[in-house]
Amino acid sequence: MLGLNAKDTSLFIVVIIMVLAAPILLNPFPADSALAQFNAGYPALMQRFLIFGILVVGFNILFGLTGYLSFGHAAFLGVGSFAAVWMFKLLSFNVIPAIILSIVVAGLFSVVIGYVALRRSGIYFSILTLAFAQMMYAIAYSDLVGKFLGTIITNGETGLQVYLDDPQILAGAGDPRVPHLFGLEMNSQTVWSVGGWEFVFQNGYYLCAVFMIIAFYMSIRIFRSPFGLVLRSIKSNQQRLNYTGVSTRPYMLTAFVISGMYAGLAGGLWSAMDPLTGAERMFWTASGEIVIMAILGGVGTLIGPILGAGAIKYMENIVSKINDNILHQWFAFMPEGIENFMVAIIHPFIGKGWHLTLGVVFMAVVIYLPGGLVELGERFIGLFRRKKTDNAPTGASTKPAE
Amino acid sequence: MGILEVKGINKRFGGLQALGDVNLSVAENTVHAIIGPNGAGKSTLLNVLVGKLIPDSGSVMFDGQSVLGRQPYEINQMGISRVFQTPEIFGDLTVIENVMIPCFAKRDGAYRLHAWENTRNEKAIQEQAEAILADVSMLDKRNMHAASLSRGDKRRLEMAMCLVQEPRLLLLDEPTAGMARADTNNTIDLLKEIKEKRDITMAIIEHDMHVVFSLAERITVLAQGTPLVEETPENIKGHPKVREAYLGEAQV
Amino acid sequence: MDAIILQILNGLDKGSAYALIALGLTLIFGTLGVVNFAHGALFMIGAFCSVTLQRMLSTSFEMVDETQTDFLGNPLKVETPYVEAWFGPEVGAAIIDWSVPLAIFLAIPVMIAVGFAMERGLIKHFYKRPHADQILVTFGLAIVIGEIIKANFGANPISTPAPEAFRGAMDFGVLLGFEPNTIIYPYWRLVYFLFAIVIIASVFAFLQFTTFGMVVRAGMADRETVGLLGIDIDKRFTFMFGLAAAVAGLAGVMYTPILSPHYNIGMDFLVLSFVVVVVGGMGSLPGAVLAGFVLGILQSFASMNEVKAILPGIDQIIIYLVAIIILLTRPRGLMGRKGVMEE
Repeated sequence: MLGLNAKDTSLFIVVIIMVLAAPILLNPFPADSALAQFNAGYPALMQRFLIFGILVVGFNILFGLTGYLSFGHAAFLGVGSFAAVWMFKLLSFNVIPAIILSIVVAGLFSVVIGYVALRRSGIYFSILTLAFAQMMYAIAYSDLVGKFLGTIITNGETGLQVYLDDPQILAGAGDPRVPHLFGLEMNSQTVWSVGGWEFVFQNGYYLCAVFMIIAFYMSIRIFRSPFGLVLRSIKSNQQRLNYTGVSTRPYMLTAFVISGMYAGLAGGLWSAMDPLTGAERMFWTASGEIVIMAILGGVGTLIGPILGAGAIKYMENIVSKINDNILHQWFAFMPEGIENFMVAIIHPFIGKGWHLTLGVVFMAVVIYLPGGLVELGERFIGLFRRKKTDNAPTGASTKPAE
Repeated sequence: MGILEVKGINKRFGGLQALGDVNLSVAENTVHAIIGPNGAGKSTLLNVLVGKLIPDSGSVMFDGQSVLGRQPYEINQMGISRVFQTPEIFGDLTVIENVMIPCFAKRDGAYRLHAWENTRNEKAIQEQAEAILADVSMLDKRNMHAASLSRGDKRRLEMAMCLVQEPRLLLLDEPTAGMARADTNNTIDLLKEIKEKRDITMAIIEHDMHVVFSLAERITVLAQGTPLVEETPENIKGHPKVREAYLGEAQV
Repeated sequence: MDAIILQILNGLDKGSAYALIALGLTLIFGTLGVVNFAHGALFMIGAFCSVTLQRMLSTSFEMVDETQTDFLGNPLKVETPYVEAWFGPEVGAAIIDWSVPLAIFLAIPVMIAVGFAMERGLIKHFYKRPHADQILVTFGLAIVIGEIIKANFGANPISTPAPEAFRGAMDFGVLLGFEPNTIIYPYWRLVYFLFAIVIIASVFAFLQFTTFGMVVRAGMADRETVGLLGIDIDKRFTFMFGLAAAVAGLAGVMYTPILSPHYNIGMDFLVLSFVVVVVGGMGSLPGAVLAGFVLGILQSFASMNEVKAILPGIDQIIIYLVAIIILLTRPRGLMGRKGVMEE
């Protein structure tokens, strides 16, 4: 189907179903139950899943296929966000021109940055992308371009947003005063109550969902194409590739620009969901977070980036909500001494300690599970399969686990 | 007029004259060996031929076109393939993928944005790749990870990757260096087989006399960066100049 | 002229910090071949050694002062630091006052221990892994260290003043024959600069004049050959890691009066120090030091009002700009050696 083989088609269909049904699937607990805090099926969080999913899917085309570790990818996210808000300010709150421009602008930036950064490889490339991103962050944070031109471009610390006196030349009189898709407001939602459950279907979420599906489909096509094969060979042995008659730099630049445009799309969508954008989206810890998502999910795999982005954003949300009271409830069945001890041990990792959890999980993944969640899943399946074949009467020799 | 014409190449590294006035002519459809003691400038010469080093003076013409100043990928596109001392392959890819990449490079040139086609639908490329794998008797290993191959198979694979592009000149950089005798003989047989099946010019940089005398039709002896003699193997063996410069250290 | 000298002086302390961190980064990279994204965290641990010692020395107990009474007429209870009770008020107060320089003696063993633990416990397992993995795992470690610091010391900068004697500023201009009050330079910055010079000089002397240093330098040039000589290079490299950690830590200890430490300080300095290393030339120790000072001074010039009037905000991006230009025109950096980190 759609030029994909059977395996990829089924993966694609699973992703489509997961994305479309997420408002139901991620809301397994009734709204008034104690476990409702573990629900992830509310629009603000689900949007994040998809926006970061798109971002990491794009990042994976660069890092996963070619092995070039960009430490400044958040810069393109930021550029896309600012471009989208500028479209809101100048044209109208319609999200389509905004998203198109954010992809285009991020693409242009990635052509320039990629052209320079790709003249070096390895650690130099990482540091160059980091340097570019930090420079762009500094420029955006202090609105240096704006100051230089004597106007406002990023609006510095305050962040860029739409004001009433902005031109909005294409805005009609009756248009909504929030981002919309030809009148369909992004933040309006339908709530479906079944029994104790409440499922929220939001327009904005489904806009993100459509883009996520397209973005994921394109990433499968790229992975399975000759282009993707060449990118993987860059990661494997660049020297051989050069002596095979392939000019690596244009391939790298293409991959870099594609992934930059993915980041731009993510930025544009983010602004469409939340039209107040600031420079902090470009800070290098944000770039680091993208890398973490990719690694946690499984670098170089198709589904990994989505899993990684979802897992990190979900954990961030849940872990920062847990407090000592909740912990005490959990460990209430234990004798009091042990209960307090457990709470004391876990305390630094919850609430504001989310980044500590993140760092520890990240290190653990890099050390023990370089293939991320996808590898974990494969190991589980492998275990299961091995047991089956062990019991099989054929007595066929099975390969030992590594 | 040979397919590869090297004229008056000089290369200095600081005070060291690595290559001094090297002239070399490789005739089409021959196996030409370049031998010489350690430090004779064999590797430097090879690096000049593949575009990794630019000589201080002189010219390298391949089929009437200058090679100098071109990137390795451009030189490959002109029709020169290279086999490395230790096999350079794409370890993370499968065997068949390893061979498909040179096929794409041959068909599509140095760059083409074919991000939308599916590799599986490239039937012609697949067939080409399978044919060459059959040629080097590796078809049964087509779906193996290249990194997990034995060293001999890696050499075969690398050979296949070069041959599938139907190069007009195949450069081999000590293809048997560090190999056991049995592996060396296998490689010699493989090269002989290749030579029998197709019209191809080979230039071999080699240290091992056994390999050289088994394969070469012409031999150039390099000593201290300058070609000493260029002769047929029979004439090389008894050549007094060669004996003096080279064979003194290793009996044949 | 005086303005130029002032900016050079202003750039020296920041340049010293960059140089010290970059020196350690280069040592680790050159000897172990590891790209250490947690090196900024080492600088931060050093800085928090200062904070810790200051707090330890100021640890107080309640003492009843019979000579004074509170407003109810009861004897006044006063908080007295233990050191003042032990060594008498004057000596005790002086010890507290000098807590930052004294922290050096705390930092050296702490940093060496941290360095050893890091190398043996984590980095060792990443020698054979790709640089990307090294970057990632040390990046994770940097996050963890930063968060541990935040959990223990809070998120706000903690002020750790220099000893009373160094808190003022000297009129440097007068010494050079300028009008008074043209070049005012705080004493502590001068101390920091001199301290950095001493450290840098000792590291170089150590590498130059000891057998140990000779082996390490040889290892930086060609690890395999040195390994073939039967020298146990790994053990020495572990020690090098400890040394690099100590250098970064000491840079952090003494920097606290200039910039109050907080949990993000490590990351802030790390990014810049990496740029410094790249500009100086990966694997070149003199290059790291040179680039550290050059970039520190450049940054100081870029923050002059006259410059900012023409190019607003140039001070914040100058370092990155220079790095990009250098990498494009001199890919090996200012003093990089051929063959280091090249394909």
